[in-house]
Amino acid sequence: MTITQDDIEKIAELARIRISGEEIGEVTQRITEILQMVDTLQAADTSNIEPMANPLDATQQLRADEVTELNRRDDFLAIAPAVEDGLFLVPRVIE
Amino acid sequence: MNWESVIGLEVHLQLATRSKIFSGSATTFGAEPNTQASAVDLAMPGMLPVLNAEAVHYAVKFGLGIGAEIGKRSIFDRKNYFYPDSPKGYQISQFEAPIVGEGRFEISLPDGSTRSIGITRAHLEEDAGKSLHEDYHGQSGIDLNRAGTPLLEIVSEPDIRNATEAVAYLKALHSLVTYLEISDGNMAEGSMRCDINISLRAQGSTTLGTRAEIKNVNSFRFVEKAIQHEIERQADILEDGGTIVQETRLYDAERDETRPMRSKEVANDYRYFPEPDLLPVVIDDAYIADIQRTLPELPTTKRHRFAEVYGLSNYDANVLADTRPLADYFEVVVGACNDAKIAANWVQVELLGQLNREQTSLAQCPVPAADLGGLIARILDGSISGKIAKQVFEAMWQGEGSADAIIEARGLKQVSDSGALEGIITEVIAGHPEQVQQFLEADEGRRKKLTGFFVGQVMKASKGQANPQMVNELLAKKLV
Repeated sequence: MTITQDDIEKIAELARIRISGEEIGEVTQRITEILQMVDTLQAADTSNIEPMANPLDATQQLRADEVTELNRRDDFLAIAPAVEDGLFLVPRVIE
Repeated sequence: MNWESVIGLEVHLQLATRSKIFSGSATTFGAEPNTQASAVDLAMPGMLPVLNAEAVHYAVKFGLGIGAEIGKRSIFDRKNYFYPDSPKGYQISQFEAPIVGEGRFEISLPDGSTRSIGITRAHLEEDAGKSLHEDYHGQSGIDLNRAGTPLLEIVSEPDIRNATEAVAYLKALHSLVTYLEISDGNMAEGSMRCDINISLRAQGSTTLGTRAEIKNVNSFRFVEKAIQHEIERQADILEDGGTIVQETRLYDAERDETRPMRSKEVANDYRYFPEPDLLPVVIDDAYIADIQRTLPELPTTKRHRFAEVYGLSNYDANVLADTRPLADYFEVVVGACNDAKIAANWVQVELLGQLNREQTSLAQCPVPAADLGGLIARILDGSISGKIAKQVFEAMWQGEGSADAIIEARGLKQVSDSGALEGIITEVIAGHPEQVQQFLEADEGRRKKLTGFFVGQVMKASKGQANPQMVNELLAKKLV
C-alpha cells in the first residue's frame, strides 16, 4: 500500500497535528515504511482466525448504575485556562 | 413530475439511568453547569471508562421490544472528531457490532391504518456536552454535565414516506420506550432527538436519490415541518433540473426553514476503530431470557387487544393505549362499569379534555379510575342522565367525593317515580293550555314535535332529573 503526501496532509488535519512543509516529506517516507511492515503482516494467512476487538482475551465487566462521583467542579475549574459562570471557556465555535 | 420522498430517521434516545454510561456521575437534568462532570467525563489523563450495566440492560430491553436480534458480543468503537463539547476528541460509540440488530415494529397512522417500519440497528453511545454561544467575550462556554449520558441511537430503514408517517413513527417509538421504562421520553429536555435523512425520487423509481440530513430536531411538530420544507426545497431544485447536494442541514424553527450547516472544510471522516479501553460486551441467553420475562404488554399488543376484546375503533384503541398509565386507568374504569365503549368515550372526552384544559397530567388527576367507573355505572343503571353525570364529574374533580356521595348530597338522582313525574306533568299541562289545544288539533307528525316541547318543559321543571323515557310514556297517556 502506498500513501501520498496529500493523504498525510489530510490525516494530519483530521488529527489536528501540525506538520511543517519541511517535515512532510520525511513523515510520508516513515509512514510508508510502517505501511510496508503492515503489508508483510497482511500477507499472513488469517482465514481461520476470528478477528479480536481487543488484545486481551477477556470480556467487559459492568458496573452497577450508581452515582459514585461527587461534585468536584471547583477543583476542575481551578486548573482550566479560562472559566466563567461555572463554564469552561474555549475559542468560539459555531456550527 | 410526481416525487416520492424516502425518509429514514436516526433517533438519539437518552436512557433513564441514574449515572452516566462510563462514569459514576449523576445524569439529573438541569443541574448547575459542570457539577455532574467527573474526571472521566472531562477526559483527564489516565481516566478509563467502565460500562454501566443498566445501559446494557435497557438497550437489550429495547431490542426485545422490537423483536430484534440481540448482539451477544457487541463492541465499542471510537468515532474521532474534534469539538470542544467532546473533550476526549472522540465519542465512544458502536460501529460494526451494535448491541441491537435488525428489528421491526408497527406504527399507527392518524387514519387508523397501520404500517410496519424496519429498524436497521440500535447502538449504545455517549452524549456530548453543551456549547453555549452567548456572550462570553467572543468565546464559547462549555458545560459537560451531559457529556457521557447514555444514548441509544435507533436507526430506521428508509421505510418512511412522508411527514405524517415520520411523526407516527416517533410517537410509536416514544410510546414503546416509555412502556419499557428505559427513557423518560421527555422531548423538551432532549431525551429524544432526531436526525432526518431525506431524498426524493421519481414516483415508481426504485433507485435512491441523493439525500440531505437534517440534524437534531427535537419535537414532533418540528420534525413534521422540517420534512415538509425539505421535500419542497428538494422538489423545487429537481423540477428546475438541478441536483441535490449531499449535506447536513439545520432546521431553524424560528424562520421555519432548513439551511446548510457551515460545513467543515474536510468532509466527515470519523476513522472508527475498536475502543482499546473497553472489552467486548458478551451477554448470554439466560441474561436475555431474564429481560424477556420482565417485558410488559407492549403498545401494539395492547392496541390490538383493546380493539378486539373491547370492540373499540382503531383510533380509540390507539389513543387509550398510548401510555401505560392511561391504558391502566381505562381498564380500571371498564372493570368498574362494565361498558368499554362508554368508558372509552368518558376517558377520552371528559377526562382527557379536563386534563388538557387544566394543563395537567394523569398522574395529578384528582378522580381515581374506580370512581369514574362508578359514575358511569350510575348512568348505565338509569340513576342519572348523561347530562347530570357531567355535573357530577365536575364535582368529583373538585374533590367532593364519589359519584354516589355527590348524587346523594346534591339530590341529583333521576326521578323515575311515576307518581312524582305525573305531578310535574299535570302542572306543565295546566300551565300551557294554548299548546295543549294546539296538540289536540294537530296531526300525527306535528304532535311529535309538540311532545318535544312538553318533554322539555318537564325536564326543566325537574331540573333535568326526570327520567326522559318515562316522561315520554306518561305524556303520551296524559295528552289524549
